[in-house]
Amino acid sequence: MALAFDEFGRPFIIIKEQEQKTRLRGLEAQKANISAGKAIARILKTSLGPKGMDKMLQSPDGDVTITNDGATILEQMDVDNQIAKLMVELSRSQDYEIGDGTTGVVVMAGALLEQAELLLERGIHPIRIAEGYEMASRIAFEHMEKIAQKFDYGVSNFEPLVQTCMTTLSSKIVNRCKRNLAEIAVKAVLAVADLERKDVNLDLIKVEGKVGGKLEDTELIYGILVDKDMSHPQMPKQIEDAKIAILTCPFEPPKPKTKHKVDIDTVEKFQTLRQQEHKYFDDMVQQCKDVGATLVICQWGFDDEANHLLMHRNLPAVRWVGGVELELIAIATGGRIVPRFQELTPEKLGKAGLVREKAFGTTKDRMLYIEHCANSRAVTIFIRGGNKMMIEETKRSIHDALCVARNLIRNNRIVYGGGSAEIACSIAVEAAADRYPGVEQYAIRAFADALDAVPMALAENSGLQPIETLSAVKSQQIKENNPYCGIDCNDVGTNDMREQNVFETLIGKQQQLLLATQVVKMILKIDDVISPSEY
Amino acid sequence: MAVERILKDEASEEKGERARMASFIGAMAIADLVKTTLGPKGMDKILQSTGRGREVTVTNDGATILKSLHIDNPAAKVLVDISKVQDDEVGDGTTSVVVLAGELLREAEKLVAAKIHPMTIIAGYRMAAECARNALLQKVVDNKEDPEKFKSDLMKIAMTTLSSKILSQDKEHFAKLAVDAVMRLKGSTNLESIQIIKKPGGSLMDSFLDEGFILDKKIGIGQPKRIENAKILVANTAMDTDKVKIYGARVRVDSMSKVAEIEGAEKEKMREKVQKIIAHGINCFVNRQLIYNFPEELFADAGILAIEHADFDGIERLALVTGGEIASTFDNPESVKLGHCKLIEEIMIGEDKLIHFSGVELGQACTIVLRGASHHVLDEAERSLHDALCVLSQTVNDSRVLLGGGWPEMVMSKDVDELARKTPGKKSHAIEAFSRALVAIPTIISDNAGLDSAELVAQLRAEHQKEGCTAGIDVISGSVGDMAQRGIFEAFKVKQAVLLSATEAAEMILRVDEIITCAPRRREDRM
Repeated sequence: MALAFDEFGRPFIIIKEQEQKTRLRGLEAQKANISAGKAIARILKTSLGPKGMDKMLQSPDGDVTITNDGATILEQMDVDNQIAKLMVELSRSQDYEIGDGTTGVVVMAGALLEQAELLLERGIHPIRIAEGYEMASRIAFEHMEKIAQKFDYGVSNFEPLVQTCMTTLSSKIVNRCKRNLAEIAVKAVLAVADLERKDVNLDLIKVEGKVGGKLEDTELIYGILVDKDMSHPQMPKQIEDAKIAILTCPFEPPKPKTKHKVDIDTVEKFQTLRQQEHKYFDDMVQQCKDVGATLVICQWGFDDEANHLLMHRNLPAVRWVGGVELELIAIATGGRIVPRFQELTPEKLGKAGLVREKAFGTTKDRMLYIEHCANSRAVTIFIRGGNKMMIEETKRSIHDALCVARNLIRNNRIVYGGGSAEIACSIAVEAAADRYPGVEQYAIRAFADALDAVPMALAENSGLQPIETLSAVKSQQIKENNPYCGIDCNDVGTNDMREQNVFETLIGKQQQLLLATQVVKMILKIDDVISPSEY
Repeated sequence: MAVERILKDEASEEKGERARMASFIGAMAIADLVKTTLGPKGMDKILQSTGRGREVTVTNDGATILKSLHIDNPAAKVLVDISKVQDDEVGDGTTSVVVLAGELLREAEKLVAAKIHPMTIIAGYRMAAECARNALLQKVVDNKEDPEKFKSDLMKIAMTTLSSKILSQDKEHFAKLAVDAVMRLKGSTNLESIQIIKKPGGSLMDSFLDEGFILDKKIGIGQPKRIENAKILVANTAMDTDKVKIYGARVRVDSMSKVAEIEGAEKEKMREKVQKIIAHGINCFVNRQLIYNFPEELFADAGILAIEHADFDGIERLALVTGGEIASTFDNPESVKLGHCKLIEEIMIGEDKLIHFSGVELGQACTIVLRGASHHVLDEAERSLHDALCVLSQTVNDSRVLLGGGWPEMVMSKDVDELARKTPGKKSHAIEAFSRALVAIPTIISDNAGLDSAELVAQLRAEHQKEGCTAGIDVISGSVGDMAQRGIFEAFKVKQAVLLSATEAAEMILRVDEIITCAPRRREDRM
């Protein structure tokens, strides 16, 4: 164990409190790690594909989440094992980078680990396996480039984009109206996309949900939706051609940051102070009015008196609007956020064609729509649904769809879905394996086998015979030299994914391969796990 | 080698069949719990809170029952949630939605046991739900064009809704109250302008609708008890001491005389404020905040009725009713809109004095005064009336109506059955199951009424084979009857929401194949 000897031959201890730590070394450590990784992959495996099932998660506070999204499941799972945490990280980084394919990447990593275990048992050194995987992933990566297709879209012809988003949405609970949602997502992305720079700032798309109604009522609003109502119940509920003053200073008496005291010791002082105060409120409202604002949106609260003055001067106002929303409003209406009343100028006002308040259901819920903005670069997707969990899940699904659309705008190359890309890569890797001398050859073959795991899981979840289906598709691919054959999950009757219109983004798939390989390499390189033992 | 623990201590994970079973059982248990409250002969539940005072609620309202339950099963929570949403969206049908979802899951359980994949069941349920909705759409009656008929429709809907509640004895009376109140809203769904005041004492029959507005306050001493042609100023302003709002201001004096001076100045300030208010030419002043004795005296001197400390809702409603605006500054009397009403007087309900505003300018708002033997009765009456008001206000906007008494369920089930016969493949089993779940609702209604459900439902089904049938279960006479004749109507919007939310919830629970429960958060032990 971790013993060393000093110059007099006496042993001394390197690790502090060695007795209290458990330690796994060598093959044992690798196997334990692999089995933990596999366990995580097994949980997610059933969520893959259009016929994948959901998971119900109960948080420490008792809230229930029902989801199909790999990243969300892992995030909420409260994982304790270190290797399992690595898998969680893996799914999260796929989520950050691409936004979709979070389940697939974990399943892929799980399959790679499973294959690695077999090789380890044969006595192949983990580093050699890792190197073999690295080579194989490079082959697969390049092969994917080869089979990828470019496809064209334009602002008017966004049908291909919609199709891709539909592939993403079809595995979620919202697949009932995937067409609708996919269109909404694509339109939203196109509205905020910068086509010249090929970039999309997803922060400009606000996703807002409200319980009630049905999923079909989900809509895209070219403007901003704020979950607030007018500060005074009698202010007008609808404003046309609004000029909006966006303020971050409260309609309240000033609170200087330095400590001070105003001492009142004579009647005169009392009087002047009173007048001062009165004038102060008056000035604030007058300043807003003077620059021609017809709506005030404020980050802070109003004093009762100020509120009435606003109402009185016919200046509708909204209070307690959050910082992020304020920014979005500023972007959408082309206004500037003004931190001081003195700095209000007519140029700094935002413009919106229509601002209206809308009530929902039987409760007092009201929301403020800001539409027909000067700059329609900020949009809101407003989700309705039967219950809270449904809305949350729809939000996650929309997020995935948005990410996919964004990725396509960044890089308009696609590969076909339904496991076809994986199968094609698997064939390519398998063929390339023979060219490599040395032990790595085995690892490369194992990689090819692992690539089959995704289509296999797809077939299994769709209730097909996994091995039979996969081998049939594989032979078809080789026979017809057609890399677009995949698993027919929806029972349409054809294996050609071009006809089924199932696409995925090239960068998404490539990222999956790279991330999964990286994590597996990292896990394989661990040969010693030291953890504090139970106390 | 054993897989090491992946999840944290106390966290649990249930998979596949076990997970499905846990969620089915949880959801069905919830559905069974509220099942007995369904229908006109449904029973109530007593809920006792665990908080201090052990308050007791007696209710028949599904949403209220479910809201108060402490539930640990995650699937059951989904059902509680849909019932809450149903309450928020349409107000009624909170029990039906849970029962229907429960029945759908019960049927699904059988199908899963017969080795049909949940996804297939979901696909079948979706088709069935769509078909059922279309069946209803074909049969809806819309009487929006004919105001007379429309009003009678509303009346019937209200009576049907109320018949399952505590108010069923006096349902006609209350239905009339509710319809009158909602008709005054003229299409808005803002139920805030209908005020419900509860006063224990008397009987439920003594409840009444008042066209004006009743404020649960007393009139200040020495002020007029009755004002005709009142001009009302509704305000939200401090009438105690008008604080200087500038930050950091404080009074520091060095002699008693100075204190007196400042006190005088303060008084002067208040007097000025009161003068300004009086200058509006009003004879009634309602403030949200306290009015101290000094200004009250001034108002009394000017012959103005001053009402203090009205709650915020009261103020808003009063402003809405009288057409005035809520004021906080009083410098430009010419531009402040005053509220008007014909008569303000003090009235007595039971033993309490209330202020009654009648002949108000905007006829939108009204007040319903509920009387009853105890607080429990009143609370339940309020909930029931709220349900009726919600349904009515929704119906005013979407005037399509359906017959009640299990009629819509039978219509849907018939169409869904036909669809099942036409559909090839395993899905047809699921569609058939959907139809069975729909029939469960009339079955439960008749079971709850102590009738022979098997016999009645079979008769009903036979009746429905005829074209244009209007038969439903008549719980009162215990037979199959013509629903159109008995005047049992339901709002289309409610039925549709029940159908869609229940299917959605069932689908959601069916899709789950694994439940992961995190370790419960440790509460800090409070000593």
